Amino acid sequence: MNETAPAPAATGAEPHALRAVILAGGLTFEREVSLSSGTQVWEELARVGLDAELRDADAGLLPGLAAAPADAVFIALHGATGEDGALRAVLDLAGVPYVGSPAAACRLAWDKPAAKSVVRSAGVATPDWVALPHSTFRELGAGAVLDLMVARLGLPLMVKPASGGSALGVQKVSRVEDLPAAMVSCFAYGDTVMVERYVEGLEVALSVIDLGSGPEALPAVEIAPESGVFDYTARYTPGLTEYHTPARLADDVAVRAAALAMEVHEVLGLADLSRTDAIITPDGEVHFLEVNVSPGLTETSMFPMAVEAAGYELGEVLARLLARRAGSTR
Amino acid sequence: MKTSEIRALFSVVSRPEVVSLAGGMPAVTALPLDAVGSMIGDLVSGMGAQTLQYGSGQGDPRLRERICDVMALEGITDASPSEVVVTVGSQQALDLVTRVFIDPGDVVLAEGPSYVGALGVFQASQARVRHVAMDDDGLIPEALEEALIDCRANGDRVKFLYTVPNFHNPAGVTLSEPRREAIMALAEKYDLLVIEDNPYGLLGFEHEPMRALRARNNQRVIYLGSFSKTFSPGLRVGWVLAPLAVREKLVLATEAQVLCPPSLTQYAVARYLDTQPWREQIKLFTELYRERRDACLESLDAMMPPGTIWTKPEGGFYVWLKLPHGLDAKLMQPRAVNALVAYVPGIGFFADGNGREYMRLSYCYPQPDQIREGVRRLARVIEAELDLHSTFDRVDTGTFRAIRPDQESGRMVGPANSDTSEDGR
Repeated sequence: MNETAPAPAATGAEPHALRAVILAGGLTFEREVSLSSGTQVWEELARVGLDAELRDADAGLLPGLAAAPADAVFIALHGATGEDGALRAVLDLAGVPYVGSPAAACRLAWDKPAAKSVVRSAGVATPDWVALPHSTFRELGAGAVLDLMVARLGLPLMVKPASGGSALGVQKVSRVEDLPAAMVSCFAYGDTVMVERYVEGLEVALSVIDLGSGPEALPAVEIAPESGVFDYTARYTPGLTEYHTPARLADDVAVRAAALAMEVHEVLGLADLSRTDAIITPDGEVHFLEVNVSPGLTETSMFPMAVEAAGYELGEVLARLLARRAGSTR
Repeated sequence: MKTSEIRALFSVVSRPEVVSLAGGMPAVTALPLDAVGSMIGDLVSGMGAQTLQYGSGQGDPRLRERICDVMALEGITDASPSEVVVTVGSQQALDLVTRVFIDPGDVVLAEGPSYVGALGVFQASQARVRHVAMDDDGLIPEALEEALIDCRANGDRVKFLYTVPNFHNPAGVTLSEPRREAIMALAEKYDLLVIEDNPYGLLGFEHEPMRALRARNNQRVIYLGSFSKTFSPGLRVGWVLAPLAVREKLVLATEAQVLCPPSLTQYAVARYLDTQPWREQIKLFTELYRERRDACLESLDAMMPPGTIWTKPEGGFYVWLKLPHGLDAKLMQPRAVNALVAYVPGIGFFADGNGREYMRLSYCYPQPDQIREGVRRLARVIEAELDLHSTFDRVDTGTFRAIRPDQESGRMVGPANSDTSEDGR
């Protein structure tokens, strides 16, 4: 996005008649990121002449939508509220159209281990994993279970909350003695922890959009964090991570990466937009890590970079997605 | 977890579902808002030529006189308005003093824990903070002397001791009378300058205000005061009382920073002190905070799991809580956010990475019922964390049969969990 672009609505774009509501905020760890995504969406839509309403998903939402119905809602909520399908199920009940994947697909994508199972069943490579609740460690003895994990998955290991985004709670554990503490801090985020085999390689974000003529893979965004770890700080602090769009991949690898993102989008039943995070090994194998049904749309987010690299304008894409959903319920 | 992650977790605090025991916001709605509103309106409509104009860099003379009256309540009876510099909150006063005294590498002695806003100022000036231990009676004189001797032996240049003697932020404790004397004796012995930061001194629940350090020594103590807790933090009016030679430097520094403190808010404070029953208002604030402190301490007594300990503040805004052994307040924070309760992890109040097992609880802003609910949620969070630790703390990783990836065949095997039996092995 060009920082020096003219102010929103000063571009001479035709005003859209569409009444759009952007949902941002929510009661999750990712509230701050969501507020930032929501503001960005609002600005991008204003730039193309669409005057949307930005609001939180709180007790005022349903009465507000009942009093002033929206033609379509854009969900810029991250974390459980926006991504686990619950809010979308409520919007379905209320007959409110929204951009993005349906509730059931979100529920599946939100559960990282479940999504990995489905994706692997479809023949997509994904690092080996095990996902367990705290109770399993308590009942069977943490030492014995961790022992098996290390024996089976090796080191280093990625320790992640089984759901949630923005890399919150994610740790790379290289030494066995650090594993119990990593489990403790990860369980603070939720009741199930996923431990995944670490795969060395290039980290890429693979975005997919569907503007009405079927899903389309956008150019891969390559992620090169200065610190080597793409954690929360590296994600949202401008300058701490270098991005290459399109990713510096051999043509055949880029094609395989795009195919993987399309496959994931399809097998999980996703719609309109998604962002798959993947690792590409030095020999060009692409491994699925997780998928986001409500990808970040902040100034440092990868989905907007991919949109721009594909030659689209973000505001126009968002407006088209809203227009496409307007008036249609599912 | 990095600072930015903590900030992210804090963003939910603005939602009404969350009980925040985190922020130190005064209960300003307990002010006579109509009276204050009409007073400020009159200041603009009737005295706009002065109140909307630039003022003196040192601050309005009338206000400086009234500030001396306020300080007299804590035994400072020899202060002259000429020694007072009005600042944009006492935070600016602290910044000015630090700029005037600190060169990069100088040592500042401060309680451990210490006010996070002060640590930020010291860090910006590249001072090195050395924490001095405290207990229920405040800063420990023996620990201060030990630190002074150590620093002298190391060739470290100690520029001053920074202390919050009354109802400490974050520790909630108050420096006892004998220790006040002992610390001032040490200041004499070691030629030590003391920065006395006293925003809460008039907000005591149990007894009359204690005699300030500055009341005991007018040459070695620079006193910082504030109307943020006794009137309004939004007006941003604080002050520094310093010997004349220092005052000169402070005025030059503040003129460089802000030219002059805001005229309108200075007039507002002066008019408030002139025309409103401000002493009664402080009593009203104190009663309100006492009720909230009681709610907080009673609920902590009733609900906290064994092994948790906390301070018993006799004034001010804060309780300092120590978690059972092994728990980390910062790492526990996501669980607290899930449980819709917020606190400030203790690590932020130390410059040296200590304080992981501590947290600050503020009782000043939520209603007593909310405080009780917040403590109830917090107790559950701590219990769940204890349960988690009991599972993982005794793991002997020395017995692990760790297999390194390079020892394996390299072939991806299926996942080890049973819910993925359909994997493509």
